[in-house]
Amino acid sequence: MSFLDLDEFLFDLAEQVEIVFSPVASDIKTYPEGVDLCLVEGAVANADNLELALQVRRRTAVVVSFGDCAVTANVPGLRNLITPGGRDSAMAALQRSYLELADSQAQIPVAPGVVPELLPRVLPLHEVIPVDVYLPGCPPSAARIRACLEPMLRGERPRLEGPEMLRFG
Amino acid sequence: MSVITLSIDGQPVAVPAGSSLLQAVRAAGIRLPTLCHLDGLSPVGACRLCLVQVEGVSRLLPACASEASEGLQVQTDTPELREYRRMAVELFFAEGNHECAYCVANGDCELQDVAVTVGMDHSRFPYRWPNRSVDASHPLFSLDHNRCILCTRCVRVCDEIEAAHVWDVAERGAHCRIIAGLDQPWGEVDACTHCGKCVDVCPTGALFHKADGTAEKHPDRERAQHLRRARDQHEWQHR
Ligand code: SF4
Ligand code: SF4
Ligand code: FES
Repeated sequence: MSFLDLDEFLFDLAEQVEIVFSPVASDIKTYPEGVDLCLVEGAVANADNLELALQVRRRTAVVVSFGDCAVTANVPGLRNLITPGGRDSAMAALQRSYLELADSQAQIPVAPGVVPELLPRVLPLHEVIPVDVYLPGCPPSAARIRACLEPMLRGERPRLEGPEMLRFG
Repeated sequence: MSVITLSIDGQPVAVPAGSSLLQAVRAAGIRLPTLCHLDGLSPVGACRLCLVQVEGVSRLLPACASEASEGLQVQTDTPELREYRRMAVELFFAEGNHECAYCVANGDCELQDVAVTVGMDHSRFPYRWPNRSVDASHPLFSLDHNRCILCTRCVRVCDEIEAAHVWDVAERGAHCRIIAGLDQPWGEVDACTHCGKCVDVCPTGALFHKADGTAEKHPDRERAQHLRRARDQHEWQHR
């Protein structure tokens, strides 16, 4: 949503880039080869997230960790607090939500191949793949996104400094 | 009053004898990031953000808790210091649970200010995700151990300014935490005067007014300094 706040800059952007993969702006299910830039949002919480992250890294020149959830694990990472150090927080979270808090028919959903399995702990993106650029913010403001993208459109790495570019939250 | 002269980043400075290195650094017009230090409270050297290099001394010294002395050659901004400072801030974030997005202190947090100053865009250290508690037993305030960085400002302001000594630090290492009374729920500690000084000086979202929601904490970090000055200069005495 914050990305859409870029308003008319989206037109400039559309002229310079081709969107080849996006959960909202394209209908492609397979991450393509030879991608120049990828903005990855969200923490790595389940097996699908992890697989896609690895694929993104293999097929992308510049990976941006986009937003607090990707950079710090943020709110999705809260489930790690259930077990010390986040060790096996998946089982603890499932037990709490599907067994302990169930009104009736308590059972943990299992559907291999349909419902991706939770990882033992939720991780920030850079703990599973190397990241090139970090863009914190929950969400990063449109101005911040633009200030990060513009240098990259010119083929340069952005230098993110100061409260306008770096604050979390 | 005797005066000592020393050099800060190659610049000569004169300060009254007994000044700290931090005071000397500030006298030179240089700003060092600090967290545990607060004007008006005694120094403890707990956060290690104000580390400086002194020629002839092999280890790094916390400027807030080191005394300035004649002829010292002090460096405040070397690549090594910058690296250690950033590492210290990353460790603060990795050590506790800092989900700034829904923190009371978001927008008015000294830990975040310092992170910006040292240019931290992410933590290179894996997060610990400790299982910590919140004490909401006090009628007016709460303590969220998830946000506490153990700067001990609350401990010192309560002891040195309010003279109630509600707070202490218990246990060691990863288990180290702030306790009220004899490790009681804060609300059960009779010594607490409900003055709110600890809440005002806390640099993070660890201590807050119960009514504060996300990003609503507005601390008064000069309160300790004002009270200390008023007391030292007898501003309250009838003349
Ligand atoms: S105390 Fe500061 S650093 Fe910690 S979560 Fe709150 S805003 Fe973020
Ligand atoms: S509660 Fe606040 S003031 Fe007290 S030690 Fe923790 S961070 Fe510092
Ligand atoms: S400000 Fe000096 S060690 Fe914390």
